[in-house]
Amino acid sequence: MKKAYLGVDIGSISTKGVIIDKNNHIIASDYLWTEGNPINAVKRLLKSLEKQFKKDEYEIVAVGTTGSARKLIGVVLDATVVKNEITAHAVGTTTFYPDVRTIFEIGGQDSKIILVDDGIVVDYAMNTLCAAGTGSFLSSQAKRLGMEVEDFGPLALTSKNPTNIAARCTVFAESDLVHKAQMGHKKEDIVAGLCKAVVTNYLNNVSKGKRIASPIVFQGGVSKNVGVIKAFEEATESRIIVDPNSHLMGALGVAILARKNKEEKPFSFSIQDVEFKTKGVDCNGCANHCEIICVYKDNKLIDSWGNRCERGAIKERQNKVKV
Amino acid sequence: MKKAKISFPHMGNYCIPIEVVLSMILDCEYLTPPPITKKTLEIGSKYSPDFVCAPFKYNLGCYIEALENGADTLLQTGGVCRLSYYGEIHEQILRDLGYDFTFINFGDSEITKPTKIYEKMKQYNPNLTIKHLAKALMIGMRMIDIMDKTEDYIRENVGFEEEEGTLDSLYEAMLKEFRTVRSYKSLKKINKRYQKMMKKVKINKPKNPIKVGFIGEYYTALDPFSNHFIEKWLAKRGIVVTRKLNISNTIFFRNVKRLNKKVKSYMKYDIGATGMDTIKEAEWLAKHNYDGIIHVKSFGCTPEMDAMPILERISEDYHIPILYFSFDSQTSEIGIETRLEAFYDMIEMRKEKNK
Repeated sequence: MKKAYLGVDIGSISTKGVIIDKNNHIIASDYLWTEGNPINAVKRLLKSLEKQFKKDEYEIVAVGTTGSARKLIGVVLDATVVKNEITAHAVGTTTFYPDVRTIFEIGGQDSKIILVDDGIVVDYAMNTLCAAGTGSFLSSQAKRLGMEVEDFGPLALTSKNPTNIAARCTVFAESDLVHKAQMGHKKEDIVAGLCKAVVTNYLNNVSKGKRIASPIVFQGGVSKNVGVIKAFEEATESRIIVDPNSHLMGALGVAILARKNKEEKPFSFSIQDVEFKTKGVDCNGCANHCEIICVYKDNKLIDSWGNRCERGAIKERQNKVKV
Repeated sequence: MKKAKISFPHMGNYCIPIEVVLSMILDCEYLTPPPITKKTLEIGSKYSPDFVCAPFKYNLGCYIEALENGADTLLQTGGVCRLSYYGEIHEQILRDLGYDFTFINFGDSEITKPTKIYEKMKQYNPNLTIKHLAKALMIGMRMIDIMDKTEDYIRENVGFEEEEGTLDSLYEAMLKEFRTVRSYKSLKKINKRYQKMMKKVKINKPKNPIKVGFIGEYYTALDPFSNHFIEKWLAKRGIVVTRKLNISNTIFFRNVKRLNKKVKSYMKYDIGATGMDTIKEAEWLAKHNYDGIIHVKSFGCTPEMDAMPILERISEDYHIPILYFSFDSQTSEIGIETRLEAFYDMIEMRKEKNK
């Protein structure tokens, strides 16, 4: 039996999963929508991964989780590594591109820039959960224009004269877009303008003041959009590298971290059939009313978090606090 | 006449020296507002203009909670930024809400000048003598000085104590005794006893620990609740935290001329509030081989916003990473934790590499 490692990246919009072997080769992977229910998304993800996975050849010995639901899914999957997405992305990218200097990452709800020097993260910045210049902004504008967001990139490339669209804030961008559409600007110009607006917003807000050096690797869901790639290349005047697995980089990174971590734990795909439930409880220990999240596996409390002091520690005092 | 019940909003632990001074110079009973919680921030935000900075909201929340607990006199110290106008607005909002209270507002005078304090306090206690006030202020200042020094020590060592929580509980006990201090002598005695005990706490510091500097806007940096207990988070991971920003360094021992000279290579003019201190501190940390700097401010704090481009330059000149946080009334921890974790991973890896 050969050893394999599972990495799961549960973002606010999409959930990504990969299984790698000890040489970092991907043996199974998938990308699907979180739909506001991370536990359910992970179950669907596992189902898909199980189909691609050769059970008689490999055995999953460690699991890593990252993304905004990393803690919750870390408990559900009994992960050996739970890592923030910034480190995970950096590890993934530097493994495949050891000489990378700048990582652009634009996801569904957040965007970040990571500066790398000699394989080590030396600086990073992350937007403060503002939808401006992220994937969800592009999706909502696609809906407004009556098209699929996947078609954005090719259409943008056909534009010869991109429309100027305010990039600072989604509210401004949206009113600008509506206004310009009604004025008679062509659809491909507006779409190209939108792609440019995403890039301008990113460079002005997220990477403000940071020195961008080549090679630049661009990843996250938005990196699949060729229009945005082109706009980035024009703005930075350098080549932008986009890995075919650019959307999986976080999951890959955390799988690699799980591989490097010495700890091993058995993992079974049957976890998809186990019922997990979460429950939010307001602690009444003081006026702070910490919102404590309790995770139940088959109706048994397995973990809880969210309390700021010992008074709210539900796990240890299960019998005393009514949950 | 009924004794006044006086209260002052929380900022770190500083309401203790304020309590001592007020109790010595006024015929009053001091009422400590309930500890800051999410509820404090909620009430504060509810009655504040939306775009005002978070410290305004925290202060207002504290006032309301104090009034609800029976306070009838409130103190506002004023300050070096918009804070000096806040007193009037706080008072107006509270009056509009129907509260009846006396408002001692230092926004229109200078709290750093003892003569001004005397003029002001004389209105509330006609029998107050200069001598009496001087004594109280001396004790208050000395107490703040002791607290600041002790907190400096705790910040740098609490992550390495053999038995977790010893320093914190000792400090808590010391502060409790400080509340009863009414003479210089007793202050000295209590201090001596506790310093001795604290020095005895076993600290297992590695030879070259990770060191992080904590800088930024006054209130947010000084009040642990408003910065989401970042210092504690860092200490728990075995990091030395240095924060020079405190009342003694920025009010008692602040020398504008000297400060101006120190930051000369980065700025010509004072940018208001403690913006200059932020720059000076960042450069000092960079020069002293700190592994990283964390800058915190409340959302929309103009002096600190002005300091940020200069911080970026310091970061570049000295190759020191700086993490920025801007807080308002949000209480979600996950975003903060993600950034802190990544920051920790980064400085750890950098340190490992530079070994």
